[in-house]
Amino acid sequence: MSARIAAVGVSVVIDGQTILADIDLEIRAGEVLALVGPNGAGKSTLLSVLSGDLRPTRGSVTVDGRDIRDIRHLELARLRSVLTQENQVSFPFTVTEVVEMGRSPWQRTSSRDDDERAIAEAIQATDVSHLAARRYTSLSGGEKARVSLARVLAQGTPTVFLDEPTAALDLRHQEEVMTTAAGLARSGRAVVVVVHDLSLAAAYADRVALVASGRLETAGTPTEVFTAERVGRIYGLPVEVVTQNERPVILPVRAAPSA
Amino acid sequence: MTRVARGITLSVSLAVALLAAVLFSSMVGQLPVTPAEIVGSVLRAAGIDNAWAPTDPIVESTIWIVRFPRIVMGLAVGAALAVAGAVMQAIFGNPLAEPGVVGVSSGAALGAASAIVFGGSLGLTAALGSWGIAVFAFAGGLLATLVVYFVSRANGRTEVVTLLLTGIAINAFAGAGLAFMLFMGDTATREQITFWQLGSLNGSLWREVAIVAPITVLGTVAAVVLGRRYDLLALGERNARHLGVNVEALRIGSIVLVALLTGVAVAFCGIIAFVGLVVPHVIRMAIGPSHRPLLVASAVGGAALLTFADLVARTIVPGADLPIGMLTSLIGGPFFFYLLYRQRKRSGGWA
Repeated sequence: MSARIAAVGVSVVIDGQTILADIDLEIRAGEVLALVGPNGAGKSTLLSVLSGDLRPTRGSVTVDGRDIRDIRHLELARLRSVLTQENQVSFPFTVTEVVEMGRSPWQRTSSRDDDERAIAEAIQATDVSHLAARRYTSLSGGEKARVSLARVLAQGTPTVFLDEPTAALDLRHQEEVMTTAAGLARSGRAVVVVVHDLSLAAAYADRVALVASGRLETAGTPTEVFTAERVGRIYGLPVEVVTQNERPVILPVRAAPSA
Repeated sequence: MTRVARGITLSVSLAVALLAAVLFSSMVGQLPVTPAEIVGSVLRAAGIDNAWAPTDPIVESTIWIVRFPRIVMGLAVGAALAVAGAVMQAIFGNPLAEPGVVGVSSGAALGAASAIVFGGSLGLTAALGSWGIAVFAFAGGLLATLVVYFVSRANGRTEVVTLLLTGIAINAFAGAGLAFMLFMGDTATREQITFWQLGSLNGSLWREVAIVAPITVLGTVAAVVLGRRYDLLALGERNARHLGVNVEALRIGSIVLVALLTGVAVAFCGIIAFVGLVVPHVIRMAIGPSHRPLLVASAVGGAALLTFADLVARTIVPGADLPIGMLTSLIGGPFFFYLLYRQRKRSGGWA
């Protein structure tokens, strides 16, 4: 599988503090890459570097072999889309208008003809069609998250970054979002997703990158990465790993409730 | 009604309001003029001879030397202020941002006043003429906008409290500056500075209109061209960047645009506050926040509003010409309270 985006020797130092140290990572077409790790490990920073928001202090990021710093804003917007954690909208735009904004990088291009199809598919995939006429500012947190995801999907880029897309969602919508991410990968796109729920990552990711204290601990298939010993060591919490449909499920070892 | 239907209704009503405002404004005054005389005079100026045209040279000069420049100035200034307000709200992501409230207008007034007080001794008045005042007003407005922007923005968001406090500080500073100019200047200068503090369209001249009108038109066109990007900016700076917007360039360009539009308006008509607050807000309620239609409708709405306000200002007290800035603040002030109250209730606090 070909690498869409590649980070080589990436380090980020902010105010003398090393946030990321010497990370090599490839994002490949056709697979879901999950970025996992404890709070403050540097997952979001890594995502910012890979998506071109943040310049690494050392090392480089390339998109299809080109240095990401040489790619202009608009062209980059046609290569990668990003779902951020912060999704406030300042004025009362309708849900439809917000999703349509995802198509803006394609104005005055031949892909403009795909607008309607891309928007319809994105609305379908995120289960927000019943919200179409509502004002974005009146939605609940979970609804906002799904509409924002629809906007990102409508952008129709070969690489998709999702920063904690499941954070505000209920159980069913969590699974649906991850199924959507897996579906994007099946259709040949590269998907990078930051998740906290290790079992969710294990169930849907093709590859997992475990980040701890600013370093890439390991990257590989969920079964390779999620061993009870490793997860217990990195998170400082004993866990049990069981298997469901050949995928690991990670459970904390909890004491029996005292009677 | 859908937003499109409301948009059409709004455009028609605004166009009617605008025409009515212009017609009434040209008719009413110390020397009443009939609508037929106005239409006739305009047609004659366009080279079409007709029976309606006024024969009395006093009527003719009242129309062309007193009323028309004042009306066109009102249209231009109203449009400029409303567009400046809408652009400011877009880049601050906040419906409370407005040139008068956050101090851009008083910064521009201070610039203009210093051109008057010091211009003569520096040889500026001779070199630049009416443009000198406009250039200084622009510089003052630009400086104020930059200060507001960089002080009140943090992590890509504007906090309402910081925005308003910055406005208070700038208004206080510019107010003190104007007071100093009052102290320094001679009687004629003092009159002119007082006039700025209150705002008025009285005594507008064609040569001033020739500066204000083209800049308003260019500024409005530029804002409409940037309209789609302002929509994306509503998603937050990071998201706008992910959608291909060069946020830094958009920000700087918009700050210059706001200073330019506010600067020319203030340079010749003084501080006319709240137009940029009320007009975009009402239009957003009617047709939604999409910036292209919002900016166009705000320009027309601002023009109509200020023409009406000026008509009221010069007719409500017989024989007196009230300062229009006083009038707009009288209506705009309570409206601002209402907005503040609503925003506070909705977000549950001042952030």
